[in-house]
Amino acid sequence: MSAPVLDLDLVPPLGEPRPQPVPEVVTTTLPSGLGVVVVPRPGVPLVELRLRVPFAATSPRGALQHVARASVLSGAVLLGTAQRDAMGIAEALQGHGAELSVAADPDRLLLSTTLLAEGLTPVLGVLAEVLTSAAYAGDQVEAERDRVAERIAIARSQPGVIARNALAARRYGTHPYAAQLPAPDLVGKVTAAALRKLHRERLLPAGSTLVLVGDLDAAAATDAVAAALGDWTGEGTAAGAPPAPTLAPGHLEVVDRPGAVQSNIRLGGPAPARTDPDLPAVRLASMVFGGYFSSRLVENIRERRGYSYSPRSAVDHLAAASSFLVEADVATEVTGAAFLETWAELGRMALAPVTEAELDAARRYVLGSMALSTSTHAGLASTLSALAGSGLSADWLAEHQRALTTVTVDQVQEASRRYLAPAALTAVVVGDAEEVTDALRALGPVDVTASAAAAPDPA
Amino acid sequence: MTAATGADLTLRHPVERFSLDNGLRVVLAPDRSVPVVAVTVFYDVGMRNEPEGRTGFAHLFEHVMFQGSAHVPKMEHARLVQAAGGTFNGSTHQDFTNYYEALPSEALERALFLEADRMAAPAITEENLRNQIDVVKEEIRVNVLNRPYGAFPWLQLPQIAFESFANTHDGYGSFVDLESSTVEDATDFFSRYYAPGNAVLCIGGDLDVGETERLVRHWFGRVEAREVPPTPNTGEPSPTTVRRDVVEDRLAPAPAVALGWRVPDPVGDLDTYLGTVLLAELLSEGDASRLERRLVHDDRLAVAQSSYVGLFGDPFDVRDATLLTTQVHHPAAVGVDDVLGAVHDEIGRVATEGVSVEELARVQARTSAQLLRQADSVLGRTLAFAGAELVHGRAELAGELAARLAAVTPDAVQAAAKGLDPGTAAVLELRATGGAR
Repeated sequence: MSAPVLDLDLVPPLGEPRPQPVPEVVTTTLPSGLGVVVVPRPGVPLVELRLRVPFAATSPRGALQHVARASVLSGAVLLGTAQRDAMGIAEALQGHGAELSVAADPDRLLLSTTLLAEGLTPVLGVLAEVLTSAAYAGDQVEAERDRVAERIAIARSQPGVIARNALAARRYGTHPYAAQLPAPDLVGKVTAAALRKLHRERLLPAGSTLVLVGDLDAAAATDAVAAALGDWTGEGTAAGAPPAPTLAPGHLEVVDRPGAVQSNIRLGGPAPARTDPDLPAVRLASMVFGGYFSSRLVENIRERRGYSYSPRSAVDHLAAASSFLVEADVATEVTGAAFLETWAELGRMALAPVTEAELDAARRYVLGSMALSTSTHAGLASTLSALAGSGLSADWLAEHQRALTTVTVDQVQEASRRYLAPAALTAVVVGDAEEVTDALRALGPVDVTASAAAAPDPA
Repeated sequence: MTAATGADLTLRHPVERFSLDNGLRVVLAPDRSVPVVAVTVFYDVGMRNEPEGRTGFAHLFEHVMFQGSAHVPKMEHARLVQAAGGTFNGSTHQDFTNYYEALPSEALERALFLEADRMAAPAITEENLRNQIDVVKEEIRVNVLNRPYGAFPWLQLPQIAFESFANTHDGYGSFVDLESSTVEDATDFFSRYYAPGNAVLCIGGDLDVGETERLVRHWFGRVEAREVPPTPNTGEPSPTTVRRDVVEDRLAPAPAVALGWRVPDPVGDLDTYLGTVLLAELLSEGDASRLERRLVHDDRLAVAQSSYVGLFGDPFDVRDATLLTTQVHHPAAVGVDDVLGAVHDEIGRVATEGVSVEELARVQARTSAQLLRQADSVLGRTLAFAGAELVHGRAELAGELAARLAAVTPDAVQAAAKGLDPGTAAVLELRATGGAR
């Protein structure tokens, strides 16, 4: 067949957009300092619950230990309360379609669940019990920490995890964000007493936010939260991370993983925060570069050269540092060539303008995907919870959408020069050092280190 | 505690259906609450249809379907969807291959144009095929070869659980088979399996039924009818013995084990199958489940465990034969036979003692919530309707599943547990032979 030619007369034009429905968001602060955000949404008879507690390590000194304790606390908090054992907690939740998951990241502890709408009051009751009277029995804490240590060993064998840790360590130095995964030996030393203290001092309502989205009435749901969580009190305010430094990028680091059939290329640098007026332009620059399938990076190293299955870039926000990140997993034998192409596309972004068509496509995609992701209960709840972590309300969504509509080609180029230029980015490659280092040295100095999974932990 | 009753759980979305003269089956599931629409085409061809020497071809062909078509150059499919604010993808399963877009509703007709254009004539060229063979090899490296536990157990367990080539071969494909694939193979595959009569088109979300039917007839009506291959019989006689094997994983830091049992026919014996689906939930879903308590908390034999029906995790989008799989990651200090003994013991307790109404009601509440959650997304709902239409012949089943599961009795779950005979299990041990890297 002859090569297809796009006949734009044949492509159906887009109709008039239907406006996004604006969510009705009811925000309250309880006397304890807990922020409560309720969004009634009809549709399926479910509620999504997210309780976000700022839970960052507050100083470099104790960061590794804090991360170890937080990882054990995430499981141990559900192992029993003054009233029930772990089975009792799980059964009480399950009867309403719920299962609490507790996850720690560098910024927060997140307790989340889906539940059948009729179960709101009893599920809030179980949540209150966990928050106010988690037992941390000694033998159960010991068992949980053993499980956490095993799970960390498994996580650390994943090349993507090795790469993320190496990049964070290079970018954040001594800041707590450098410690993404707890060290197994520190996990092994976590005690029940330490968890009780951590819970008492850090699992606090003031500064925390509970988000509820779903088939509910705003006033009644807010009252239900106030009644159920009224006894959750504590001195002080849940704490976030200190400001993160911006370290100059050092040499390219190759983390050796002997025998690897693939290399994991990772680049990262600072990006504007959610409140920074530069953010819309940087987000759009990231889209044009590698943020979606119709991007330069995908067209180059996937669709033209077949080097990588899913190369990508993104802007990622932590409370104290936002990042521009680039990721590509490529065959060992093309590591140097794939790195070069990635590097070259970043240089093109910084030094040559994007086209109006590229910018318009990226803009429509960002706006459309925001609409899609907030169209479900779960997506909206997670988005509002993340915004709360930056001290922002649902209004930010509409403001950000407006700001995206006015970004110009010049602004994207300016933003690319500042944030996407290869010289601004820290680079890490996880792979077989013997096979890939020579080629990478052609592009600049390289430091080779042993795999984080095999090396002793930095302490 | 009040478990929601069945009647509350039936999805309120009406389903409309019609067929075109070329055989294309069409399902419309309107819901105008958010201005988003989802479009999907399911083709009745998956990994189980692959012939010997062409392992991985269904998935490779899925990639080729994104390389352009009669009126759409390479990369333009993505650009036209994404520049309209939409997302797209496709996936290859055992029994079908699907393609989908989720978009702002004003872009509906554009998505129909794109799907119809590649249903009529995808751009199968040497250059595109070679490029996508490279991309698929990278996908396999990411997901299997460069990752600990990469093929475990979904590519490895079927080799001992089943007999026929259709059920035992690697659906990702060997590099040898992938590299030797030709344009002629791809053209033949398209001609045989991608006929409009072998597909279901499903559109969900913010749409007008009359207008959408007109658009579907306009764009898809012109695709020529072709002969439709018969659905192959992939069922197998049930095993009567234990089959055990060991795989070595030099990247894994700790061992694991997977057990697979044959389960009732998901299509021909759906009611019995539903008991098995709930049994898997009862065994493994959440902290209150039997195996989580026994293996992880009480006996401390395991770090993590899970059980599920269907190798891809969705019990309702698969035909016979399929498995209930129990997968356990355990510390090196724990012997695999201790793990197996505890699993069989817990299942044996359900088989002999049965399950209380209260425990089952909790499991049913949890299952309902998960099904409803999937249905809350326009895309999730549309994919579920399309899968039910293709596999079960009734899109409506997707909306009824929560209620059907809520009606399953303790006796049915007990009967399902009796089917998980220790004497007919396929057991795959994964040994961690390389240590941490």
